[in-house]
Amino acid sequence: MPKVAFWQGNVAIAQGALAAGCRFFGGYPITPSSEIAETMAEELPKLGGKFIQMEDEIGGIAAAIGASISGVKAMTATSGPGFSLKQENLGFAYIAEIPLVVVDVMRGGPSTGLPTKVSQQDVMQARWGTHGDHGTIAYVPSSIKEMYELTVKAFNMAERFRQPVLVLGDEIIGHMREKVLVEDGLEIVNRKRPVVAPDEFVPYKADPSDDVPFMAGFGEGYRWHATGLTHNDWGFPTNNAADIEKKMLRLMRKVDRFRDDIVEYDTYEADDAEVLIVSYGSVSRSALRAVHEMRQQGMKVGHFRPITIWPFPDKELGAYASRVKKIIVPELNCGQMVTEVERAVHGKCPVYSKGLVNGELFKPSEIIAAVKEVA
Amino acid sequence: MPRPEVLNWIRQQFFPHVWCPGCGHGIIMHAMIRALVAEGKDPTQTVLASGIGCSSRMPGYVNTCTVHTTHGRSLAFATGIKLAKPELTVLDVMGDGDCSAIGGNHFIHACRRNIDITAIIMNNNIYGMTGGQASPTTPQGSYATTAPYGAIDPTFDLCKLAEGAGASFIARGTIANPVQCEQLIRKGIQNKGFSVIEILSSCHTQYGRKNKRRRPIDNINFFKENVVPLAKAKTMSPEELEGKVVTGEFVNRQSPEYTEQYQKLIERVRG
Repeated sequence: MPKVAFWQGNVAIAQGALAAGCRFFGGYPITPSSEIAETMAEELPKLGGKFIQMEDEIGGIAAAIGASISGVKAMTATSGPGFSLKQENLGFAYIAEIPLVVVDVMRGGPSTGLPTKVSQQDVMQARWGTHGDHGTIAYVPSSIKEMYELTVKAFNMAERFRQPVLVLGDEIIGHMREKVLVEDGLEIVNRKRPVVAPDEFVPYKADPSDDVPFMAGFGEGYRWHATGLTHNDWGFPTNNAADIEKKMLRLMRKVDRFRDDIVEYDTYEADDAEVLIVSYGSVSRSALRAVHEMRQQGMKVGHFRPITIWPFPDKELGAYASRVKKIIVPELNCGQMVTEVERAVHGKCPVYSKGLVNGELFKPSEIIAAVKEVA
Repeated sequence: MPRPEVLNWIRQQFFPHVWCPGCGHGIIMHAMIRALVAEGKDPTQTVLASGIGCSSRMPGYVNTCTVHTTHGRSLAFATGIKLAKPELTVLDVMGDGDCSAIGGNHFIHACRRNIDITAIIMNNNIYGMTGGQASPTTPQGSYATTAPYGAIDPTFDLCKLAEGAGASFIARGTIANPVQCEQLIRKGIQNKGFSVIEILSSCHTQYGRKNKRRRPIDNINFFKENVVPLAKAKTMSPEELEGKVVTGEFVNRQSPEYTEQYQKLIERVRG
């Protein structure tokens, strides 16, 4: 029987983490994500898990990575300025291949920006924020149910691919309250443990079936070396060109290969649409209302919603591009995801960007006006 | 030649190491491993974390559970490891810049929590790996590539910092006395709480060439000539102690340990 809950979005993220088996949270207070830390501080000890408020955002992600290396599922959560501070250690988790969930509840920026107001200004930072190449998996939930379920999925993907997975909430979804039917029996994935004896363990030798190495937690009998330096299969730093390329290409490939397993999107009234609105997160709530109203007015308008913004559902959106006349992309920034939309559409129809950076959410009427302007 | 039980803790397959011939860091690594052997530690249940710099390359060569983290952040990683799995023995090796400049915030808070980690600061008074830039422990008046006219910044006393911040075991040794280093590290491991062992190391390559300690032996001799044991230091005036290196055990106190406090919290919450 599904349980009925009435949760705030940030609480739903914490509940999703606990349901996924997260037993460690390292964090630092920041608006508008603090309720995630507060919920974890209250709930983790009840389950024998550990919560620690670290001295800064950098320490928050570092402690979470440390816990994950020890074999415990771990998470950190933050918002804009804290997300900037976490980028260096996020990179460490990518290259050392440590499973981790990082939540960024987006607020206005740059810098301290708008602590209590919504934005979607971090979606490119989520892809490219840390230096160096790596594959990115990032979810953009648009409801409280998705805050819960996509957090569970984020943990599953982090464990499966041995890398950080991002949940990009936003201030509206983070602080909104909604009824959630909490489904039983969601799939839970755990990292692959070594199948060989400790003296035969090569820590970064990938399983050819998925390009992901087996992982032993510290204290589980296996001795191995994790480093942020580019390393060989032994985890030891290398300057050998072949070893460097092997590692880097595998980091990219382990996500690219399974792109179709990862990518998620949703559509509404898109099949016969002449104008397609592409939006995500809280904006899609207003966009869906706008589509509903325009349909009642007889306008053939539809909606396409990325659920994973990284990898971007480019093939899937591209398939609509030859069927619609125009695409419009409302988002709470000066035009970030629209560049991905243009890449996916590849000139098959005009793409219009509709940015909003005044700290407010689009009203449905503003999206309708924007559609009518280009239609 | 190290004893076989010491060699068991070394990843010889990754030698030669990155340290310059004559570097003081190998003396510290050997003392640390002897301490772990003497304490009867199991390498599969021991974690060695580090940050970035010459000192922090040490875990690569130590055959235990090792993590070479980001610059200055190793204590934050180690805190997560220890809190997640308190049954593990956790050590953390840092350089002077790593610990006290970029990592200063993590260092003072690890002291404050008194979490059961043994922190070894390998203080060679310089940023060696990047070419000899001044660090917070570069003695005032001495030279570095970023202090070509002599450092004007006051020198950081890391043991006093640790004492003020709440660490429960604090000691200082030098590479000129490896037996003392081993004993201090053993006491640090035995202490149930945050232990700080500052070991004055040497960098003849970067610090020495700028400060008339160009040969490895010049540095060993410098320590031999300038070390003052704590008991004797207590009888000396501040003027007499100017330029001296005070060694010994500064703090050894009982105070609540963080992971034990957290376990009590769990038991209280669960009833």
